[in-house]
Amino acid sequence: MSARPGRLSAGDLLGLGLFGLRTRPTRVVLSALGIAIGIAAMIAVVGISSSSQAALARVLDGLGTNLLQVVPGQDVRGGDVPLPPTSLPVLERRDDVEQAAGVGRVDDQKVYRTDRVPRAASGGISLDVVLGDLPGVLRTGLASGTWFGAAADEHPQVVLGSTAAATLGIDEVDPDTRIWIGGRWVAVVGVLEPSPLAPQLDSSALVPSSTATAEFGWDGHPTEIFVRADPDRIDEARALIPATVAPEDPSGVSVGRPSDALAAQEASEASFTGLLLGIGGVALLVGGIGVANTMVITVLERRAEVGVRRALGARRRHIRDQFLVESLLLSLLGGAVGVALGAAVTAGFAVHQGWPVVVPAWAVVGGLGATVLIGGLSGLYPASRAARIPPTSALAAA
Amino acid sequence: MTASGTTVPAASPSAAASGRAAASASAADDVVVELRDVTKAYGELAALGGVSLRVRRGEFVAVVGPSGSGKSTMLNVMGTLDRPTTGSVTVAGHDVGSLSDDALSRLRAEHVGFVFQHFHLAAGASAVENVADGLLYAGVPRRQRQHRARVALERVGLGHRLDHRPPQLSGGEKQRVAIARALIGEPALLLADEPTGALDSRSGAAVVHLLEELNEAGTTIVVITHDLALAAALPRQVRMRDGRVDDVSGLDAEVRR
Repeated sequence: MSARPGRLSAGDLLGLGLFGLRTRPTRVVLSALGIAIGIAAMIAVVGISSSSQAALARVLDGLGTNLLQVVPGQDVRGGDVPLPPTSLPVLERRDDVEQAAGVGRVDDQKVYRTDRVPRAASGGISLDVVLGDLPGVLRTGLASGTWFGAAADEHPQVVLGSTAAATLGIDEVDPDTRIWIGGRWVAVVGVLEPSPLAPQLDSSALVPSSTATAEFGWDGHPTEIFVRADPDRIDEARALIPATVAPEDPSGVSVGRPSDALAAQEASEASFTGLLLGIGGVALLVGGIGVANTMVITVLERRAEVGVRRALGARRRHIRDQFLVESLLLSLLGGAVGVALGAAVTAGFAVHQGWPVVVPAWAVVGGLGATVLIGGLSGLYPASRAARIPPTSALAAA
Repeated sequence: MTASGTTVPAASPSAAASGRAAASASAADDVVVELRDVTKAYGELAALGGVSLRVRRGEFVAVVGPSGSGKSTMLNVMGTLDRPTTGSVTVAGHDVGSLSDDALSRLRAEHVGFVFQHFHLAAGASAVENVADGLLYAGVPRRQRQHRARVALERVGLGHRLDHRPPQLSGGEKQRVAIARALIGEPALLLADEPTGALDSRSGAAVVHLLEELNEAGTTIVVITHDLALAAALPRQVRMRDGRVDDVSGLDAEVRR
């Protein structure tokens, strides 16, 4: 009469497991909660970190990763070697350089809001002379006003970095906005947006080069040059730039890649992510122990049920599988809720930060896989105990 | 209906066993369950002290005796829920001693039905689901289990309670669900442990009546009971005392003493 003696179909096992959970909802919710919290923590940590990386990738996408920064190196005695005044034109002649611009710092000039500010209260704003199309190379737009106009040669003009503008209390540029630099009034024509690739310029007051030497005593040496290299030949360009700028002493020129620094900063946050992941892992472990505990109690309470099932013809294996499936489902339920919760936290946080929402598929699959593993391990001992309950338990329990 | 059963003196088990073997040879096909010199010891405690009993197809046997007389132990052994310490047990032609735990499970799934004093139904499942569980381990597909469960419930007179859950049923109805669960696999042997013990007298009488009907339709039934009136009404009584079969049939004499 038995078509498949000794076998329970997957559907039957699933039915048994679901039934076991359905009849004890409170306990199921509480013990699944432990798993859910652990998984949610891990998914949220991975999700937030991935979203932040995606946000950075989007920023870098906009800014380009082909920007190189050329600064003075140091000679053997540790002193700065200034870049030659001709650096910019020679760099622009290289065919692997698409565009170049730079600044030259004027160290002995201070920037004040008005002529009445005490000399010592310069606010840490530095004065930089602009060489070439700096906003174009840095891809930094204007938050307010304009870049230097045609009249720059006649009337002294300045464009402020975002931090410098904030320090001076200038939100909006109007025709009458002016600041006090080097003992004279200079008209503010524009304010730049923050520049992620050259944050040091955010606190600068920028002046055009045409009048810089006459007005502010600039020595003609650039202190920083930004180069947009051909993206396919960026390593080559990076290697050859020192010799181009200073053929007689290439070691006196240092070339960096600001996008690398941004990425490195992100990488240093990865170790923090690892720590949080560890905490999530501990929560998951505790959740797994909770599931095991619940299953052990369930087995203790259900001796009579096991006895009845044995009397109905269940083999030890059937009993073991029933409780194992119940444990797996319990854990998986927690995992699914945890994934949803973790994804929701990630989405909320990322949207709040203005980041793209990224929940990596590997984290979801890994999280659910971990819950299956935990459910299996947690259920193994209780299930084997249930399988050893003697068939006479149904009668004995009367 | 045939009735046979003997009290075997524990002192001479081997002689009795050989005599029994010869006697049973011709009627082997008719024997549903046979115990030969069965003992069961739990540590120092001897729950069964040498029991021989044969139940033939179509019999309705009452097992009576005081608490601790070994009734339940004998039922466990007859139903292959427990193995004897010594002696042999044959159920539906299978020698229990030679079967593995899995094979015994299969034997129960296919040939033995159990009815318990406290019903042991799943509270969260409907009557149909409870009854269908009786075929779960026999490898019957789900749809067929459900269909046969309905048929079995109609047979015990609960066709109108198919989707009720145990808490919505009376005690008598619960026991009838349990009987349907035991019957659904058409077992060779139906074992009932105090089936009316948890019921009021009216529900109990209805359950007994149902068992009688089933017996008349051909089901072999062994029932443990404290209810001497019920036992007296059955064709055969096995009285147990101190782990032995004290007397077979003639319960009236015992009651009067």
